[in-house]
Amino acid sequence: MKYSSIFSMVVTIFILTGPSLAQEQARLGDLVIERPWARASIGTSRPAAAYLTIRNEGEESDTLLAVRTPLSGKAEVHAMTNDSGVMRMGPAGPVEIPAGGEVSLAPGGLHIMMMKLQAPLVKGKSIEVTLKFERAGEITITAPIYGPGATRPE
Amino acid sequence: MTPLPRMFRRAGLFALAAVLSLTAAIGLGWWQVDGPGAERAAGKAAAIPSPIGDMSFSMVDHEGAPVGPEDLLGRSSMVFFGFTFCPDVCPTTLADISGWLDDLGSDAERLNVVFISVDPERDTPEAMAEYVAAFHPQIRGWTGSPEDLAQAADAFRVTYKKVSLDDDGYTMDHTASVILFDATGKFRSTIDYHEPREIAVPKIRLALGER
Repeated sequence: MKYSSIFSMVVTIFILTGPSLAQEQARLGDLVIERPWARASIGTSRPAAAYLTIRNEGEESDTLLAVRTPLSGKAEVHAMTNDSGVMRMGPAGPVEIPAGGEVSLAPGGLHIMMMKLQAPLVKGKSIEVTLKFERAGEITITAPIYGPGATRPE
Repeated sequence: MTPLPRMFRRAGLFALAAVLSLTAAIGLGWWQVDGPGAERAAGKAAAIPSPIGDMSFSMVDHEGAPVGPEDLLGRSSMVFFGFTFCPDVCPTTLADISGWLDDLGSDAERLNVVFISVDPERDTPEAMAEYVAAFHPQIRGWTGSPEDLAQAADAFRVTYKKVSLDDDGYTMDHTASVILFDATGKFRSTIDYHEPREIAVPKIRLALGER
């Protein structure tokens, strides 16, 4: 009796806190996807960007192969490189998430570039982003949309 | 009776340590911004931008008004290049600049802040207006013909290059530094991409003529 009431309490707490945690963190096998966010787009003709951190708690590396979002006709992970003050951008290709390590997609480095937007990314709303990994498979996470001048998760 | 003087002695030591670290911080700041550190940083850049008075180009601002280098004289200026189809670096730079302007408070009003497009093909004055509206109201957007852009970029010693993306569309590689000039149009310094506010704001204050 006592144990089952503790159990139901724990389950209740988990259910109550679960949805809000899901925004911040999602797990897929050994991978933990943390703090996803996107920047509001300015119109629909310009590409938009989304960011997140992928942590690999496993003992084998995994690789991020592809990304997609329902709002954009084409999404890719792009990398910025700073060549003595000149910023260059291009597709990053597959992104390795080393065993026990993490990869951050953040302004000025890697980002999920969303092209051919079918609708604008509106501040205050959220966007679903699907990540496809070589070993862990696919996961869809929800990223809140911050203002066009946001530079980090709020 | 003894605990009291010991406490004073300790307070004295703390005060001395505080004065020493403050002196060290000011010294370090001077070295980086105005001292030998600044000279070395400037020497690293490929070339120093021309004085604004020697520049010649004409563009249109985001409200459709004709503009040129002469509009940058008389007040200190902060100039940077980018394009509105840039999803990562440009919004970050514009957001950083908006934060610096907020930090400067009313002093920011003594500054020209100009964002020049390296993508005249897509960045019409209307496109620039739509974009700059998302950031600090003091940021002006300038665009022009490819020839005007080439002249301006040459004068500011900025490089840019069109790069096609896989199947369709293109992106622009470009110099991401923010360039500072004093009110006479003389080049003062650059702020590199994503440089911390604690370094950027004093550089702007120097360009404003504050010491």
